[in-house]
Amino acid sequence: METFLEEVNKKINGVPLQRCYHCRKCTAGCPMTKHMEYNPNKVIKMIQNGQRDKVLNSSTIWMCLSCETCITRCPNEVDIASMMDVLRQMAIKNGTVREANVLKFHESFLAGMKFGGRINEPMMMVQYKLKSGDYFADALLGLDMFKKGKLALLSPRTKDMKSVRNIFEKTKQS
Amino acid sequence: MKVSYYPGCSLHATGKEYDQSMKAVSRALDIQLKEVDDWSCCGASSAHATNFDLSIALSARNLVLAEKDAMDVMVPCAACFNRFKTAEHHLKADKDLKAKIEGVVGVKYQGGIAIRNPIDIIYNDIGVDALAKKVTKPLAGLKPVSYYGCLLLRPPEVCEFENYENPYMMDKIMEAIGADVKNWSYKTDCCGGSLAISKTAIVVDMCDKLMNAAREADANCVVTACPLCMANLDMRPSEGKKLPVFYFTELISLAMGLPGSKETFKSHIFDPRPLLTQLGLI
Repeated sequence: METFLEEVNKKINGVPLQRCYHCRKCTAGCPMTKHMEYNPNKVIKMIQNGQRDKVLNSSTIWMCLSCETCITRCPNEVDIASMMDVLRQMAIKNGTVREANVLKFHESFLAGMKFGGRINEPMMMVQYKLKSGDYFADALLGLDMFKKGKLALLSPRTKDMKSVRNIFEKTKQS
Repeated sequence: MKVSYYPGCSLHATGKEYDQSMKAVSRALDIQLKEVDDWSCCGASSAHATNFDLSIALSARNLVLAEKDAMDVMVPCAACFNRFKTAEHHLKADKDLKAKIEGVVGVKYQGGIAIRNPIDIIYNDIGVDALAKKVTKPLAGLKPVSYYGCLLLRPPEVCEFENYENPYMMDKIMEAIGADVKNWSYKTDCCGGSLAISKTAIVVDMCDKLMNAAREADANCVVTACPLCMANLDMRPSEGKKLPVFYFTELISLAMGLPGSKETFKSHIFDPRPLLTQLGLI
């Protein structure tokens, strides 16, 4: 049977995580460590240890901002940013998403895109609020943005929506 | 010169000041922009965080459309730029993936056009000397720090941006238009990006840190080339921490005295006009 480490390595499709010698350069440069349950290099160690459930249940993978400072500075070219993407995708499949609202934001964004090909920000926000139940956050800010013409209720859409929806359909994950 | 232009979703909404000033500056610098026909969203963070193939295919659709114009494509939004460069990188490196994505998009990807951001075009193709000659109103008294953020620079082998740990092109552009650009250590730090909506408190904290650092560097404003950095820095810092934030093209437009250059300041959430009035720039 494939180990957790082998599974993640295959999905990253780059330098294997075994190359990490835990110098913690990634962790030192990561802007999110203080909000993370486990530091980036600890996540690699946990994958090496086969701690599948702990990793896929952690909030860390949803706190990663994909700023890519880690991969930029890693002396061994371990693509930690891609690793975080892969782990998020595995957590979604696994049904163990610790930071539900982060995923709800992504889902609202993609739903908006599937609808119009381009993002209409007010519509995306309404979607997100309905999904998350976080109705009142940013209401005043939204009003200010609206007054300043930053939020157009109607915005031009992609005409060939068939081609966009086709992409969503053909890349759908089981 | 003539280039294809991919504005992306932000430049038609929260980042409209970038679109307006980009177009005005391009006109004045004789860069003709031809918008990519029927473009769609690049997928941004939400696609790559949740589905790799989707993220590559969404960018590929736009790259294929841009290829029809057979010109370099200018991508002002740092997020779109990053996604396009990432898709290009993977499509060129992995034949199997390329075949799969072409199957999804339904069109062949040639990879023959360069994906470029406007900092690179203005610095390398127009040049800071030519730019300086067009300045009619040097921005004396304006003390910006240049904020490049993440997505223009990283990962370096994908973005191919100059000097990615301490970039300077935007700083040189600011000098050319007469601003007293300040040095600081936060040029390439992260603003919090797409967590602004779902994890607001964290992003407020990150933006406060950036504003504190800008003040420590003796800056009176921040200049950016990313609509996501702009949105976060303009809206998220705590009261009392905020400094005016500009797109670099807004400041070029102002220094060149272009028509409509003052218009874009009206829609900033944190109004930059008191500072510009105080400095006698508007």
